Amino acid sequence: MADYWNIAPGMESALKECFTRDVEADVTLEFSIPEKDFNNAGKGSSEVKNLLKRLGVDSEVLRRIAVASYEAEINVAAHSIGGKMTSLIYDDRIHIKFEDKGPGIADIKQAMVPGFSTADDLVREFGFGAGLGLPNIEKNSDALHISSEAGHPTLVEFLIFFT
Amino acid sequence: MTLREIVALLDAEVLGAEVDLDRQVPCAFASDLISDILMCTKEPTLLLTGLTNNQVVRLSDMIDLIAIVFVRGKRPLQDVIEMAEERGLPIIASKMTLYRCSGILYNAGLRSCKI
Ligand SMILES: Nc1ncnc2c1ncn2[C@@H]1O[C@H](COP(=O)(O)OP(=O)(O)OP(=O)(O)O)[C@@H](O)[C@H]1O
Ligand SMILES: [Mg+2]
Repeated sequence: MADYWNIAPGMESALKECFTRDVEADVTLEFSIPEKDFNNAGKGSSEVKNLLKRLGVDSEVLRRIAVASYEAEINVAAHSIGGKMTSLIYDDRIHIKFEDKGPGIADIKQAMVPGFSTADDLVREFGFGAGLGLPNIEKNSDALHISSEAGHPTLVEFLIFFT
Repeated sequence: MTLREIVALLDAEVLGAEVDLDRQVPCAFASDLISDILMCTKEPTLLLTGLTNNQVVRLSDMIDLIAIVFVRGKRPLQDVIEMAEERGLPIIASKMTLYRCSGILYNAGLRSCKI
């Protein structure tokens, strides 16, 4: 499996630990994301945002979480054969993981290039396929990790701190 | 500029349940690409678009859309109108093109959103 990380220099060890730590989250939410289900895609991200709003998270941070989460949720629906999202909420941050069942990303570096897209006609009809989703996730998150390979599942996960 | 002035300038029709047309609109953004809209909307914004599917209304859960203007005579299906009603999101339909709507509003002083 190929791994892609976007973590601010100097923060590597601290943030990688946040991705792998097996400490219990304060709240865990899980949603399944069926393939090409654009009637429901986005609901998971919307519910996570509503919960965090009730918990009093700052509105600019909420926007970043919702945008990054929605882009990743749509990618699972649009580009994979289905998967799930798991939101792990701690007192100072959220960690959201998107795990699908494949077909994987052959070249993650290329997928990260703004404008690169393999979206099919159905996906484009909905207004997706600008090739800006992954760059948008990177821009709005504090740390991003992608793990994938052609013919394998994809994991996209990010961290966003509340302050 | 208020939504009411925008409806008049675009010779547009308000769809769905009655909404508050006196709300002030500080800025606008126009695009048919979802990721583009998500990337460029950081403040309360009027969205002009040719997209009429449910995901364009779903976007208003993520970012702060004041209202959506559907251009070029496109109309969303009833379930999409209902989704907007549930959210209290005003939706407006104009027969004019995206370019024309944008030009009219820009000339009338509606600024472009900060990107
Ligand atoms: N979960 C995934 N499984 C397989 N391929 C993916 C996955 N997520 C992204 N990709 C690949 O990476 C490409 C770029 O993704 P990105 O989100 O940046 O753009 P897009 O989804 O094509 O368009 P947009 O997000 O702007 O609507 C996709 O076109 C697809 O080839
Ligand atoms: Mg995408």
